[in-house]
Amino acid sequence: MRTRLKIAVASSKGGTGKTTVATSLALALADAGSVEFLDCDVEEPNAHLFLKPTIERREAVELPVPQVDEAKCTLCGRCAEVCQFKAIAVLKDTVLPFPELCHGCTGCWVLCPEQAISPAGREIGAVESGRAGRIGFHHGWLRIGEAMSPPLIRAVKRQARQADFTVLDAPPGTSCPVVESVKDADVVVLVTEPTPFGLNDLELAADMVAALDRPAAVVINRAGIGNGRVSDFCRSRGLPLLLEVPFDRRIAEAYSRGEPLVAAFPEYLPKFAELCRSLQEMARR
Amino acid sequence: MKIAITTSGKDLDAPVDPRFGRAKSFVIYDTESDQWSVLDNAQNLNAAQGAGIQAATAVVKAGAEAVLTGNCGPKAFRALSAGRVKVYAGVSGTVREAVEKFLSGTLRPAAQASVGEHAGMGL
Amino acid sequence: MKQLVVISGKGGTGKTTIVGSFAALAERPVLADCDVDAADLHLLLAPAVRHTEDFTGPLRPVFDKRLCTGCGLCVEQCAFGALAPAGTAEGGCATRHVPHLDSIACEGCALCSFVCPVQAITMRRVVPGRWFVSDTRFGPLVHAKLGVAQENSGKLVTLVRNRATEIAEETGAPWLLIDGSPGIGCPVIASLAGADAVLIVTEPTLSGKSDLGRVARLAAHFGIPTLVCVNKWDINEALACETEAESEAGGCRVVGRIPYDDAVPRSIVQGVPLVEHDDGPAARAVRALWRQIANGCNTLVG
Repeated sequence: MRTRLKIAVASSKGGTGKTTVATSLALALADAGSVEFLDCDVEEPNAHLFLKPTIERREAVELPVPQVDEAKCTLCGRCAEVCQFKAIAVLKDTVLPFPELCHGCTGCWVLCPEQAISPAGREIGAVESGRAGRIGFHHGWLRIGEAMSPPLIRAVKRQARQADFTVLDAPPGTSCPVVESVKDADVVVLVTEPTPFGLNDLELAADMVAALDRPAAVVINRAGIGNGRVSDFCRSRGLPLLLEVPFDRRIAEAYSRGEPLVAAFPEYLPKFAELCRSLQEMARR
Repeated sequence: MKIAITTSGKDLDAPVDPRFGRAKSFVIYDTESDQWSVLDNAQNLNAAQGAGIQAATAVVKAGAEAVLTGNCGPKAFRALSAGRVKVYAGVSGTVREAVEKFLSGTLRPAAQASVGEHAGMGL
Repeated sequence: MKQLVVISGKGGTGKTTIVGSFAALAERPVLADCDVDAADLHLLLAPAVRHTEDFTGPLRPVFDKRLCTGCGLCVEQCAFGALAPAGTAEGGCATRHVPHLDSIACEGCALCSFVCPVQAITMRRVVPGRWFVSDTRFGPLVHAKLGVAQENSGKLVTLVRNRATEIAEETGAPWLLIDGSPGIGCPVIASLAGADAVLIVTEPTLSGKSDLGRVARLAAHFGIPTLVCVNKWDINEALACETEAESEAGGCRVVGRIPYDDAVPRSIVQGVPLVEHDDGPAARAVRALWRQIANGCNTLVG
């Protein structure tokens, strides 16, 4: 029996039900083993509204940015030359860092011929950890105005303890924040809706997991509102369709109040347990 | 002294470009000799970030001591101030007219950036 | 020319649906789909592509196998863990160990190329996407497709935005309507720059309210007049009212609310803007929303 399964829940299209599925999975698994929940949507975290964790610790997360020692600096301009992000400029007799543009590549301080630059910290956000019943919970809050989320997502992932099941709730999209959330998972659940928008974005998500070489399965949420083309697509791409949650206004209403699906509708608990068993099978292969 | 005027064209009759970081070009005008040249700014037009800084560096390197433009964002303003370049914002009309206004002493240097960050990206 | 950017904070609140209808209602608009990661607006507008170009993006290192000595200095120096030592020799030569590049972790900083003692590394621009200018029944549409698993630094969003702005200026279009992306990161920041007004489409849920707060603060940070509309308001009327009250208190202007209507997914399946599909409750609400924005544009957007 395989232990330590990492499940990422992603979707490309926003609002399909990633958080609904991820929180329901975590709750359905809480009795089957130890569970760690990572909300990797650090731009707009929502899972805490459903799992209602008690936060036990909060830590600011910093990125290293250049700090110039003017006594040592000879204004040679090498730092500005090597910086690909325009985060440091040399103008007449001043070296001006622009910390908000800095990616923390360390190039300027490594290459400064006078060793005049050293790293200082710049806060990009904070991570919080706690427990929701028996579930270990971690999420992050990106500072508003901060452009890049992957470094904070990495910080959230670092908080997690080893557990039988790790559930990662990814942000929407297919680019760097999602890649960071999904790339170490054993298996990815793609949540979609049966509409042309859902289909268009599912194709992109399927391409992304293929590029990352992760096995993936699909959950259709709000089944019944559109057409059957998403199911057809899953068949043609060999993506197992493991669960369909029909559209039901009562589910939407419970969601609006912050009630997890399996809490408001306990008949879904065994369905999510079954979903996890299928995912374990997939990861084993 | 040399002054830099933002422009969407390539000569003195061209209009002043209301943006600094993403201006199409700069006319570098020498007020003593009346000679002028054009400094192309094409590399910055689609930059997602750092356009103002790069433009400021180029203008400082070209030896300008003043910039005449429509607007100037905060990072560019910081960079130009560090390079001891005075910024004259709210300038419009043709490049020639801008130079004349500067020489007649009717322009006043800006104390701070005239627009928020990235404002020139949509203009 | 007025630029309206439609964002949401939370995904799936109805941005694209609404922008699709605004395209049909606005006078001679230019459209831009700045959700380059998961572009959907074209599915409602039946575009005919008339121009397309590669989007050249970030730099990636290229290794010259003949020069590389396998010293591992680049691997050591990479701050992003994007280089790993090669496991086996390349080309049968047992002494060469060219590092393996993780192109997704790489941020294109070029430090490896600077530290390499034998200049075995050159940086090359990669093409992570493509952008398009298309004609639609309502006006020109500028859109893009970012390759999957790519860096979404906002550069492609900026390119789409700039091109759409140029077209609007050239044609004297009164409106530039921009479909934004969810979240508050670089793609959203890039789409907001230069906007005359921002419309945040939200939903009456705890998630929607939490996310609205954050994205509204982002818009305020840029000093952009912010309008708010609660979509599917009747799913939770109490939360809808609370959201509207808090938005107004926070300096936003509530410009309308749209009821849940299953005509919306039906119109998406048909591939047409909602306001062309029917005249049901949601369609009427979207028309009223546009009237509020367009007619009030001197006060709301000026």
